[in-house]
This record gives sequence, C-alpha cells and structure tokens, in this order.
Amino acid sequence: MPTLREVKKRIRSVISTKRITNAMEMVAAAKLRRAQQKVEQSRPYSKKMDEMLAQLAAGSIGEIIHPYFEERQPRKRSLVIFTSDRGLCGSFNSNIVRHAQNWLNEHKDTEVELITVGKKGNDFFKKRSWPVVNYYGNWGGSLNYDKARDMVRFLTDRFVAGETDEISLLFTRFISMVKYRISLEKYLPVARPEIKTSTNELSHGLKDYIFEPNAEKIYAALMPGYATTKMVTALVESFASEHGSRMIAMNAATKNAGEMVYNLTLDYNKARQAQITKELLEVVSGADALKG
Amino acid sequence: MFHLSIVTPEKSYFEGEIKSLVVPGTEGYLGILSQHAPLITALMPGKIEFRDEHDQVCIMAVSGGFLEISNNLATILADTVEKAEEIDIERARAAYEREKKRLISAGAGETDIDLPSVRAALARAANRIKIYEETH
Repeated sequence: MPTLREVKKRIRSVISTKRITNAMEMVAAAKLRRAQQKVEQSRPYSKKMDEMLAQLAAGSIGEIIHPYFEERQPRKRSLVIFTSDRGLCGSFNSNIVRHAQNWLNEHKDTEVELITVGKKGNDFFKKRSWPVVNYYGNWGGSLNYDKARDMVRFLTDRFVAGETDEISLLFTRFISMVKYRISLEKYLPVARPEIKTSTNELSHGLKDYIFEPNAEKIYAALMPGYATTKMVTALVESFASEHGSRMIAMNAATKNAGEMVYNLTLDYNKARQAQITKELLEVVSGADALKG
Repeated sequence: MFHLSIVTPEKSYFEGEIKSLVVPGTEGYLGILSQHAPLITALMPGKIEFRDEHDQVCIMAVSGGFLEISNNLATILADTVEKAEEIDIERARAAYEREKKRLISAGAGETDIDLPSVRAALARAANRIKIYEETH
C-alpha cells in the first residue's frame, strides 16, 4: 500500500498533466478549424484546375508537348513524405512512416530518393540512412506559400533535368474530423488528362475551344500553376490531418488522466481510512490495556 | 446574362450572374458577352471589369491566371484578385519600389536576381497601383 503522501503527489502530478493535455487539445482544435477551412477553400480551385486541364486536352488536337507530361522508364523514383514537425499526434506520423517503408520495399528494383516534409519523418529516415535529398521543415503547422513554391521548383527542376523519373507524394488526406486516409499520388509526370472521344460525348458537342494565344502557350502557363496547386493541396490536407490527429490523441490523454485521477483518489481515500482505523485501534487497545 | 465564377487558391472569390465581362488576356483585353464561344486563355496582370445583373460595374485587379468559357459559364482561375477598394496601396507602392530597386541593381551587374520573377512582381505592383489610382 503506497503511503498517503505518495498517492497525493501522484494525484497532483496527474492533474497537472491533464491540464496540459487539455490545453493542447484546445490549441489543436483551434488550429484544426483554421486548417480545415483552408482545405475547404482550396478545393474549388484545384477542382476547376483539373477540369480546365481536361478541357484543354479534349479541345486541343494532337500531341501536347509539355515537359511535365514526359513519361520515362523509371530508373529513379522519388517520394515526398509529409509528416509533422512536432509529435504527440497519435499515430499520424507512424502511419505515414509505415506506408513509406512499404513503398521503399516495393521499389527495391529501382533507385530511390526521399524528400521529407516535417521534422519527424526526416529524423526517422535520416537515422536509417535513406537518401534524403531535401528536407522542408519548420512549418509551424500551417501553410507557407513561399516554401511550397520552393518545393515545387526543386521537384520540377529535378524532374525536367532528368535527375529523377517519377515523383510521388505520400500524405494524409483529411476526410473528416475523425477520419484520415493515407494517400499516395503520382506528382510527376502528370497523368495525361483523358481525352474523351466517345460519340456520346461528341453529340454533346465536344467543345470547339478557341485558345488564346494557342494551346501550347496555355499549357506552358498552366502547368507550373497546376504543380503548385497539387503541392499546396497535399500540404493543407496534411496539416489538417495532423491537427485532427493531435486533437484526438490529446482528448484521449485527457480522458485517461481523468480516469487515473479517479482511481488514485480511491486509493488515497482507502489509505486514509486505513490509517484512521489503525489509529482508532491503537487508541482503543491502549484504553483497554489501561483498564486491564 | 451568363454565370461567372472567380476562384483563387485561397477561396472562391465571386459567384454570380453577370451581363458583360472584360479581362486582360495575354494578347490584349477581351470583352465577353453572353453566349460566347468556348474559349480558354491565359490572363496577364490587369483589370477585370464586369457588369452584374443590376448594372453595377465591378472593377478588380488580377495578377494573372486563366479564363475558361463554355456553355455560358465563365470561370476565372486567378492567382490573386482583389476589388479596387480592397487594394492595399501602401503595400503595392512599397513592392513597386522594392522591385524597381532590384531591377536596377540587376542592371548594375548583380547576378543572383531572378529577372523574370522580379519583372512579374513589378508588373503586379504596377497593375495594383494603376487600378487604385483609376478608381480613387
């Protein structure tokens, strides 16, 4: 049986931990709200961007040459891994890392390289001496456009220069407050938008688009924006998921701490009662002895 | 009347029925009315002007993007867009001076300046200032 004082000390320490996790939960909730808003606001743009790319492909005749579409036999593959800078967010990082390891196992046949976003993932793969060619950290849990653009420039330059033949993004998609899905998406080369040629589609009037000035120039202007949009999407989804996971993890921690305080309080009361009983016995037996 | 939606990476900026639209295409300003033929064009920094269903004229500064029209639906994908009255003139002027200085120092032989991006930034700032001054 732990002594009264020991139990009291434990209770106090658990209560203060509970206060911290509770505060972290609230901070995460506030950040999540903002991040979620960003995800929702960025969705219409990326949707329209996809649509426009598809329209462009459908409306322009013949080969559309833009370096981002160039499919090569992959000799070297790159994976961009989106983790968080800070921990205490449940299984958020370990899930991503596990998927990344699976990916690395699957692509043993080709050369691979990693680009890490977020300190946690970077630490993990650096320690295990995987080739991490670039690292983007210190995001503070929200989007930084300049940094995102730097990333896009680095990746596209690398792809166009032929230093890698395929780039994929591994990040967590934010589905709802309690649901996240790990998503592996091809980044470069850009999948050629499907050109619909079904007669049904034609009778609908495959639109005879006017291109100002011409399709090639529009592609040249559109593709960098498209690449940036995709990257920004991955980043905001990942941040929202991070905050969501942290909120849930901290909520569970707060609940557990509460339970612990309850149990410890029981222990404390038991110990107190035991002591009182003991003292009473002593008094009573002392009095009996005097009567003797 | 036709439908216009203006979206930026940050948010959906405008959604509504309008009567006419003028945008800065890469080859010059384009006027668009209802039942326009399907069109896709890139946009330069410039002025977007449209007349809504109550004949109110709305003027905005756009810093580049794309316009797509089909089935009487116009979509503008803008990098950034702001209404004339939302322009932060101090910031635009500061940006203009800063970029001008960088351009001059590039002319004087400094090499680690990304000329195209400086020129683009200068054009964006100049555009904001111009639209602000036109409307104030």
